[in-house]
Formats: sequence, C-alpha cells, structure tokens
Amino acid sequence: MIKISNLRKTFRRVPVLDDLALEIGVGERVALIGSNGAGKTSLIRCLLGEYVHEGSVTIGGREPRRHRQEVLRRIGFVPQLPPPLAMPVAQLIAYSASLCATSSERIAGVASRLGLDVRACATQPFLRLSGGMKQKLLIAIALGRDTDLLFMDEPAANLDPAARGGLFELLAEREQQTTMIISSHRLNEVSALVTRVVELDLGKVTLDERTGNSDSLRTMLDCRVVARERDPSLLALLIAWRFTEVGSNEPDFEWRGRIAAADRLRFLGAITPYASATRSISVDEAAVAGAVHA
Amino acid sequence: MSDMWLTAKLDIAESLRARWFLVYALVFGGIVALLFAFGLTESRVLGFIGLSRLLVTYIQLTMAILPIFVLITTVRSVAGDREAGVFEYLLSLPVSLWAWFWGKILGRYLIVFLPVLIAMTGAVGWALLRGIDVPWAIFGYYTALLAAISACFLGIGFLISSFARSTDVAQGAAFIVWLTLLLFLDLLLLGIMIQGKISAELAVMISLANPLQVFRTAALALFDPQLIVLGPAADLILDRFGLPGYKIFALLYPSAIGVTCMGLGFWNFRRGDLL
Repeated sequence: MIKISNLRKTFRRVPVLDDLALEIGVGERVALIGSNGAGKTSLIRCLLGEYVHEGSVTIGGREPRRHRQEVLRRIGFVPQLPPPLAMPVAQLIAYSASLCATSSERIAGVASRLGLDVRACATQPFLRLSGGMKQKLLIAIALGRDTDLLFMDEPAANLDPAARGGLFELLAEREQQTTMIISSHRLNEVSALVTRVVELDLGKVTLDERTGNSDSLRTMLDCRVVARERDPSLLALLIAWRFTEVGSNEPDFEWRGRIAAADRLRFLGAITPYASATRSISVDEAAVAGAVHA
Repeated sequence: MSDMWLTAKLDIAESLRARWFLVYALVFGGIVALLFAFGLTESRVLGFIGLSRLLVTYIQLTMAILPIFVLITTVRSVAGDREAGVFEYLLSLPVSLWAWFWGKILGRYLIVFLPVLIAMTGAVGWALLRGIDVPWAIFGYYTALLAAISACFLGIGFLISSFARSTDVAQGAAFIVWLTLLLFLDLLLLGIMIQGKISAELAVMISLANPLQVFRTAALALFDPQLIVLGPAADLILDRFGLPGYKIFALLYPSAIGVTCMGLGFWNFRRGDLL
C-alpha cells in the first residue's frame, strides 16, 4: 500500500528525514512514535504530498505529489493541532464533503457517534469549539467518507472516554480494509490500537516491530472496581468512564463498566492515582484474562 | 472548476468575517459618503465639477489606499494561514493545487474589488437621485482601471506570499514594494530629472513601468491632460503615445503585471513545499 524508499527531507541543510525506507501493507495499523523533531510530522506531510523531497514515496503505486487528488481521496487525515479555522462548523463540513465526494449528513452521523451534535454548533466558528469538539469534528471528516488510509496524529488525545469508545468502534468497522498510521509521542497512548510500531529518531527508523497485538479494535473488557470509600474524584472518574454502581457492602462500593481493550492502558493509568482508595480492580475478557488487584 | 469556485467561496466567506474587510469596506464606502457630505460635487477645482469632481478625488484616494490595503491583507492572510497550520489541514483534502491557488485568488479579487465598485456605484446612484449628471464614460473607465489595479496588486501580493515563509517577512516585502512604487511617482522623478541625474527617456521608462504611475496618469488624463496636473513624465508619455493608446495601455499593463505575478506565484507554490 505505502512504499517509501530513500526518503530524504532537509530544512536549511539539516536533515529531518534521512534515507528513510518503509513499507506498509493493506490493513496494517502502524504506530509512528518518536520524540519531538524525530520526523513524524514531516513523514506524514510527505505522504500527504505537502512536502517536496528526495527519494520515493508511493501510495498504491501513485506519487502523492504528482497524483495529488487521486491519492488524497483515499486518505483521511487528523492533525495533531486543529487548524485555527474561522469558518463555521457547517461550512467546514460542507466544503470537506464537496471535495471528498461524501455528504454532510454522513459526516454529521460520524460526529454524532463520537458525541458531537453538529447541528447544535453548526453556526459556531470552528476555532471557538473546545479542543475535544474540534478533535471529534476532524475525526468525523476523516472517517465520514470512503477512505482506505488513515493518518492520525494523536487522535484520541483530547477525547473523553465515551468519544474514545466511539472512535475505536468506528476504526473497528474499517479494521480489515483500512491501513492506519497513528502518530504519537508516547507508545502507551496508541499501543493497544496498532499491530506494528515504527519508531523514528532524527529522521531514521530506529525500531520497526510487530506488536503481536491480538486484540481486535472491537474487543471490549468488563471492568469491576471496588472502592474503599466514596472519594469524590474517583467517583467522577468512574462516571466519566460510564461506570455504574452495582452495590455496596459498607464500607466498600462496587462499580462496574465496560471499556474498549484499546483503552485498557489509559484506563489503568487514569485510575492509578486512586490506588489507595480502591480495594480491587479487575479487567476481564474471554480471550484476554487480565486481572489486576490492588 | 467546481473545486476552484468552492475554494473561492470559502475565501470570500472567510474575508467577510475578517475585521480587515470591515475596515476596508468602511474606508471605501466612508470616503464616498464623506465626499458627498462635504459637498464635493458642488465644488470646482481644476475644472472638475459634479460627480466628475467626486470621482477624480475618489480615484486619487483609492490610488493611495487600495494598493497597500490589498498587499498587506493578502500577504497577512495567506502567509498567516500557512504559518498557523490552516494550509496543512485544508491541503490534505483532495483539492488540486490549481483549484486551491486560483480559487483563493478569485475569491480575494472579488472581495477586494467589489467594495470599491459598490462605493462608486453608490455614488452614481446617489447622483442620479439628486439629479447630478453622471459621466458614464468616465465611470466605466474608472471601474475598469480599478479592476486592473486591484488585479495588479493582488497578483504581487500572491507572488510575495508564495515566496515568504513567515507573515513578518511577507508584510515587510509587501511594504517595501509599495514604498518603492510610491517613491517612483512623478514628483520624485521630476526632482531627479531637475538634478540632471537621469535622462528624460529613463524617467519616462520608469513611469511607464510603475503601475501606480500608470494608474495615476490614466485617471488624471481623462480630465485634464496638462503638464500642471499630470507631472512632467506623465505629460511626456501622453505626448508621445496619445490619450487613446495610453488609456488602453493603462488597463492592459497593470492587468498583465497582476496575471504574470499570479502565474509566477502559482509556479513557485506548486514546485516547493506547500507549508
């Protein structure tokens, strides 16, 4: 699907991509990780045809720069930083839909699954939306059309747990036929989403490994949290993750919820600060029996 | 073509929301209103009276304001959008570079030219209501002249934007271009000629090459093609080329500069990094 060979990009003689070679097949889900300045964004910009470069980049046998529209029609892109667009939400959706041969309704439908009601914010300028709303809208534009490639830069960073669940569901629907490149500074943010990890450093590939991740993006985990006390912050966290209280056996309180397997590390990371307030945490799934006890 | 129009509409909508456009529209509309309010149509200076008097004053003010307004707002918004990451996102959508670049030019051209045209049309409408004679030929030619000068400076703005990588550099370059053209108007050339530092032919060449001077000469020549009004270089040009030929030249030359700059800007935009 994607073939990169001898890719080199320099800015004022400083190489940001240095003789980079990479092949990514159909249906692969690749985490592109690396510190700031590693070359992740430059690589994505080369794939989008936004940078001229030395070496060769082809997507489905086509060069993004030379066959721009043909290639970009296949790509859904979610940038790390939302652009400061002053146009109203409805106009951004209409413009994108027209260019991407899809409909505003389809994009609105995807946004709705992420928890964003575009009708309610249709007249608001895009830049006035909250960080999470912007992220949801950009994801909706990327996924609300027929694409077989997704380039996403920290797509779940600003999303609440419910929206992340929606995102994983949407990605799961495209799991087999869509190639995904998910860029992040930290592997733990995206590890559960991907089947392969590519690490960049100073414009070179320093690690390229299959993760052996057997979880499908559809996999859900049943969680049980038993709290020693009604810590308000812990309760707020559990409610945010859509947990419900199922019973109390003073002084313990039991909460149950369901999280996406792809969100497992994030959930455990979020609840770790409350370890002293919890008696036990269990995370169970038929094929993946991971139980953590505090 | 539809992608180009989509991009043009997007740019128009963005501009209509921008503060600079509000100021721009108020300035050009306000000038006409003020000229009427101060009774300019009743005054007589250098033989101009009525709406002709108003139009010649308006066109003089436009010559001073429009180029720098067009240059600065164009380079600010284009280079600013690139710096802020707007290009990164919008150019990841499947729009051709041709449709994107020329769509932005079309949208910006309409947004720059229409307020000036509307202000002039408003003046004509008001004159008709008050029973003042409308010099239709002059109105028509001025409209075409403004269209040409708008295209000229818009093209220069887009050319600068395609080369400059930051808003600061783009603004600085735009200002220097405007200042240079302003310096080489007739009065400065007169001074240099008096000092004997350049020949009359060279002064004429410079005047002919300067779109601001071409605009000024053409605007004033319609009323009074005399040395005292036009300045020496312009007078010499008219003497050599004749008024009808010069009127055509004054429309074609700035338009050609504008279109050439746009073309060069597109060539540079397409061959390099888009961001």
